[in-house]
Amino acid sequence: MNWGGLLLVMILLSSLVPGLIIFALPEKSNRPRTFLNLGGAFLKLLLILVMIIGIYKGRHFAVRWQLLPGIELALNSDPLAALFSTLSTVLWLLTTLYAVGYLEQSPNRRQFFGYFSICVTVTVGIALAGNLITFLLFYELLTLTTYPLVTHRGTREALAAGRVYLAYTLSGGAVLLVAVAWPQVLAGPVDFGGQPVLASVAATHELQLIVIFFMFIAGLGVKAALVPLHGWLPRAMVAPAPVSALLHAVAVVKAGVFGIVRIVHDVYGIGFAAGLNLLLPLSILASVSIIYGSLCALREDDLKKRLAYSTISQLSYIVLGVSVAGPLAAIGGLVHLVHQGLMKITLFFCAGNLAETLGVHRISEMNGIARRMPLTMAAFSVGALGMIGFPPMAGFVSKWYLGMGALATGKMWVVAILAVSTVLNAAYFLPILIGAWFKPQECTWSEQVVAVRLETRWMLLVPPLVTAFLVVTVGLLANAQISPLAWVKLIVGREFGP
Amino acid sequence: MPDTAFWAVCLVVVPLFFALICFVRSDQAAVLGLLAAGLNALAALAMTVFFVRSGPLRYAIGGWQAPLGINFSIDGLSVLLVAMTAVTGLSVSMYARGYFSLRIGSAGEINRHGHQRAFFWPVWLLLWGALNGLFLSADLFNVYVTLEIIGLSAVVLTALSGKPAARLAAMRYLLVSLLGSCSYLFGVALLYRSYGILDMAALARLISPAPLMWASLALLTTGLLLKTALFPLHFWLPPAHANALAPVSAILSGLVVKASFYLMLRLWGDIFAQVLPFAAYVLLGVLGCGAVLWGAVQALLQKRLKMLIAYSTVAQLGYLFIALPLIRLDPGSSAWEAVILLIMSHACAKSAMFMAAGSIFLKAGHDRIDDLAGIKEVLPISSFAFVLAGVSLMGFPPSGGFVGKWLLLGVSLAGGEWWWGVMLVIGSLLAAGYVYRVASRLLVFKVTFFSRRQSIPPVMEWSAVLLALLALLLGLLAGYPLGLLEAGSPFPLHACREVMP
Repeated sequence: MNWGGLLLVMILLSSLVPGLIIFALPEKSNRPRTFLNLGGAFLKLLLILVMIIGIYKGRHFAVRWQLLPGIELALNSDPLAALFSTLSTVLWLLTTLYAVGYLEQSPNRRQFFGYFSICVTVTVGIALAGNLITFLLFYELLTLTTYPLVTHRGTREALAAGRVYLAYTLSGGAVLLVAVAWPQVLAGPVDFGGQPVLASVAATHELQLIVIFFMFIAGLGVKAALVPLHGWLPRAMVAPAPVSALLHAVAVVKAGVFGIVRIVHDVYGIGFAAGLNLLLPLSILASVSIIYGSLCALREDDLKKRLAYSTISQLSYIVLGVSVAGPLAAIGGLVHLVHQGLMKITLFFCAGNLAETLGVHRISEMNGIARRMPLTMAAFSVGALGMIGFPPMAGFVSKWYLGMGALATGKMWVVAILAVSTVLNAAYFLPILIGAWFKPQECTWSEQVVAVRLETRWMLLVPPLVTAFLVVTVGLLANAQISPLAWVKLIVGREFGP
Repeated sequence: MPDTAFWAVCLVVVPLFFALICFVRSDQAAVLGLLAAGLNALAALAMTVFFVRSGPLRYAIGGWQAPLGINFSIDGLSVLLVAMTAVTGLSVSMYARGYFSLRIGSAGEINRHGHQRAFFWPVWLLLWGALNGLFLSADLFNVYVTLEIIGLSAVVLTALSGKPAARLAAMRYLLVSLLGSCSYLFGVALLYRSYGILDMAALARLISPAPLMWASLALLTTGLLLKTALFPLHFWLPPAHANALAPVSAILSGLVVKASFYLMLRLWGDIFAQVLPFAAYVLLGVLGCGAVLWGAVQALLQKRLKMLIAYSTVAQLGYLFIALPLIRLDPGSSAWEAVILLIMSHACAKSAMFMAAGSIFLKAGHDRIDDLAGIKEVLPISSFAFVLAGVSLMGFPPSGGFVGKWLLLGVSLAGGEWWWGVMLVIGSLLAAGYVYRVASRLLVFKVTFFSRRQSIPPVMEWSAVLLALLALLLGLLAGYPLGLLEAGSPFPLHACREVMP
């Protein structure tokens, strides 16, 4: 194995090993567990940095493991992989900190943190997967490892949500399995990051390729929560806040979206997919999800469920950006992969803080809450305003590029969708902000955190503040050389380049 | 100088020899049994090493040639199945030692469990020797002898538990097994009448369509299908496997049914492959589909854990039969490889599952699925083993079951008969359903669980979890066992034919 390949394997092991050790540790050893978690997270971040620097210098990391002739597992570090794995790693670090604070005194932490670490391993595995079968491997493993987290509380409601979750994702996985096996039969192994291979068999197998594409979308659409495959996501909100934050705003749902990006960019190729007329149905599907998700969010009074519906809507921006088939829109879509992650995790952290500190779960209970928890609500407001698309937040940058891309390809209806969606976003976020900041307190909260100097425990407070800070920063410094936007431009430049 | 043939003979002789000693010295049975298991594993390892070095081999024991003597034919398929038996058998033996000492230690009635142990070891070693003999035999009559020993010792093992339900199941098993053997023996006799020879490799060259040949093939196949419990001939399997003692269930479900399927592979995949019409394979494939659906639906409906696992065996055997038409369809060797992977993966996973279920049964005092919530707190490792084994049975990556399913899916799509592939995928979804039924109870966190006070020996928990882990990692390491197939011979009997004297 070469050194570059070893680096990729180390990136995976840096969270897998702590996860396995945590399972072996007794329930009571909290300090070693926290140390392992944070140590693993920092190590992973460091390794990812090494990888990114390597990629900047033009190096290419890859490693392969042959199971059988024709079946290879491959890890690969193309820029898109780096984008997603960096996002996951940074947010894992913050979420670990948050989870340590959030689950203080709660039972069964060993299981929680064990699966949590393995989940991150699997998510980064999805990011680094170098071909379709490796992607499938990690994608399926993600289903298994997130199930115990969704049902962590073990209540009847949590188990029911877990059942729905498994039913959706396993069925999606089954469809995806056929979709992954089929192109392999037609065109041999499908690697990511190189030239899309399917175009070579287009002349003889056009119909099959179209069918395969929609099977891919159906399989991946479950985790990406495309309407009408989104039913599991709002229910899965019974999970503890850190799980919702990392897995249901970033890891699981992004795995689906990331897969769709891979399929369109690396398996079919944008030009070829557009040539087969596959992208218009996809963008219609995304538009429906955007509008439907927002409409559902308007109706929800439960804060986490409103955020979940908002996720359904926001994720489809990414799909929309990819399927509009122009470089600018692709930039908007891909950069939203990062931006949406940052904003949504901020919102979930804050929602968790409200629930954990004051027992507040419903939006109708939130009036006047900003006076009690100003820092949390400030972070929340940054996230919410970003989602709506206020400049200079991150969300504005995404929407700007999406809109420009739609204009550049002459798709006025996409601009209209964006406009309607922005209005809807404002309609379901602004009332929360107005209520929290400007209305008097209406109901009594049950204070659950006692005797702390800050508005809540510092471990709960720091992560949302950091992510909120990042939301503003990546927006303000979007043109800097190390911003996500610059990285995405690099990716898209290669895809659409000469 | 020991060589492949020496170790092959050891593989048959050592278990039989120790079976005898165990029978005589029943007070030392467990130690002797474990010793035999260890020696057997060593012999299997040594044979594999020599096989890799020197390739496939035919060996006439004592120099007596085919019509009179006993001939061994050692090719990749035999070696793999012998190795699978060695690994699974070793784990089950270790588990059984813990199992019997726990039961003898905890129960007041020492006699009953002492008797069980006294009979378990010799019969199990006899069965083991016969399994090895079956996989290594070169001719169909020796196979009959081993098949008969396997059937009878399996029946004895089933009846060992002594409960009325087990006795009834064993009786039914006995009748089915005898019927199957008779049918098989008639088939062999007819073949001998037509060709005057029973050597498999020689038969494969001589076979030509004739009424007698069809009759003998029908008889052979019926006998084997009865013993393999292909739907709708599976009726005897669930009660027998579910009511036996835990180590016995693991042996029956993991290994015994594979023996008759191995013969199906030899007959349908090689010896009769040239004359059989594709439609016959399709018929078996359709029955396999029926098994997958029926077994899974029944498993979903069961209330008892061991019944669920037994029905899952019915479903998983269906997979193997679905693979038969695909083997015929496949120009390359991937369908073959897939079947072998599925066999090995199922042997490990299913044995591990029964072992874990046995520990759960002993600890909880029952195996009602609905009342198992919270057992994770008292038996974390066994619960984990069960879930791991379940993940393999579902065909989740990176298990051996997944790679097998993937290869078969590829063959079915490439051959244009995609419905077989779709059936496999539906089958694994159903498997996910019944595994989930149990896993959702096992994984749930609950503070109190009312269990018996006896503590399960660690060896019982760890042997199960290691076996389950092996099934799960088999996919990642698939290249090694399957490389064995290609090292010696691209495909089982085809290459053996070339090295015949």
